Amino acid sequence: MIRLIDVRKEYARGGLALDSVSFQLRKGELCFLTGHSGAGKSTVMRLIHMAERPTRGEVRVSGYSSTSIRPREVALLRRKIGVVFQDFRLLQDRPASANVAFALEVTGARPVVIRSKVSRLLAQVGLAAKSEALPAELSGGEQQRVAIARALAHDPLVLLADEPTGNLDERATNGVFELIRDINAAGTAVLFATHNLDLVRRHPELRVIELDHGRIVFDSASNGGD
Amino acid sequence: MAYALRESLRAFRRAPVLAALSAAMIALSLFLVGLFGVAAWNVRRVLERVESRVEIMAYLRDDAAPEAVTVAQTDIAAFPEVREVNYVSKEHALLKAREELPEFAAVFGDLESNPLPASLEVLLRPNQSGPEAVEAVAERLRAYPFIEDVRFGSEWLDKVYLLRRVAGATTAALGSAFAIVAALIIGATIRMAIYARRDEILIMRLVGATESFVRRPFLLEGLFTGLLGGLIALGATRLAFTITSGALFELEWLPFEWVLGGLTAGALMGVIASGIAVRRYLRAV
Repeated sequence: MIRLIDVRKEYARGGLALDSVSFQLRKGELCFLTGHSGAGKSTVMRLIHMAERPTRGEVRVSGYSSTSIRPREVALLRRKIGVVFQDFRLLQDRPASANVAFALEVTGARPVVIRSKVSRLLAQVGLAAKSEALPAELSGGEQQRVAIARALAHDPLVLLADEPTGNLDERATNGVFELIRDINAAGTAVLFATHNLDLVRRHPELRVIELDHGRIVFDSASNGGD
Repeated sequence: MAYALRESLRAFRRAPVLAALSAAMIALSLFLVGLFGVAAWNVRRVLERVESRVEIMAYLRDDAAPEAVTVAQTDIAAFPEVREVNYVSKEHALLKAREELPEFAAVFGDLESNPLPASLEVLLRPNQSGPEAVEAVAERLRAYPFIEDVRFGSEWLDKVYLLRRVAGATTAALGSAFAIVAALIIGATIRMAIYARRDEILIMRLVGATESFVRRPFLLEGLFTGLLGGLIALGATRLAFTITSGALFELEWLPFEWVLGGLTAGALMGVIASGIAVRRYLRAV
């Protein structure tokens, strides 16, 4: 479903971010992407999200290729990819329900669909009772749950989680991770970028890809270069 | 479209002072264009009235055969530039001279013979009274052997046309300059609006909104700002016209097409300026 083939990414000022990166994420898989800050985790996420194009190589996501995708197709592809970030990226002036609804509004969903889906998603992330709370009135873990609900608005095939627990305490981290595992169990593939090695170690059954200076130095599935 | 409309109107509610200021600046620019438009329109109307009076006088020799003159009169009336040809006899010329120049009544009264020549008075069609057309007709009239002299005040006509060209060029130059200023103001306003909503735009793109969807509220905001500025300018221009026309000169108000053109130009400027601003921003992020 997601495949990176010999990907290299260079920035004019930032130098080399990724080099010879190849891996595949299969449907329904949950994979940790680890590495130090600057190892290239976020670059991988941006490439999969087609926010950037590789300098060399190819990124394939759900039938679209980085070499041939058109601007309008990027928007359509992003409806199949949910994204959450360390800093939540919520609209501070709108309540939780409106933040989730926003993802549906801007893609032209009908109001009746929006209402029912927002209720279901907030219930799914355990925030049905706080649907009208503003982000500032929610804890970090709760804000991340709102962000996850928003990311699920289009029933994505894959969830890209870029350090989603980076700003959370241990309890909230575990809560968010369990939520993401539930989402994965329901069939959504997850690429979970983190430098929280404790979290990774607690789940030895899950696949781990480790990046260092832009290169894959470890893949527990040993499928790099497929 | 409902979302875009709601968001564009929300921008006015969110930053009313900024919206009012930018609409006021656009209104000021378009008001100046409007004032100049009224001036240009009235200059044009005056020139049209002057042009409609352009006539060519072809003075006939005393020995001109009446039959030949009658035939020529029919020929000249068939020229594409010519609206009307009138024969002015020697007697009629004298009568007119006595009427129009009463201060010379004594001179005309003492005459033993009529010294004034008969003439053909050639009136041109409204759109055929430019210097080139007049000169072309005069040239053809000179070819008739019984026509002694042709007069049409060429220097005066050239000046009228020069004035019209200068008025037209000045309107275009000033109009363009003010239009650019107004477009820059709208562009700056939209850039501020984009900056205020940068988080929203980022999230829109993350969740799969199309570029056109992201742009639409800003384009509508530009359209409304331009249109609002245009309407304020129209009101101000009308007020200035009413005060000036009543107190100083008798002026004519702008034709409907010009008013509509001004409002459309304001709205278009708003759309284009915000389109450029939002396109630049989306490319940069």
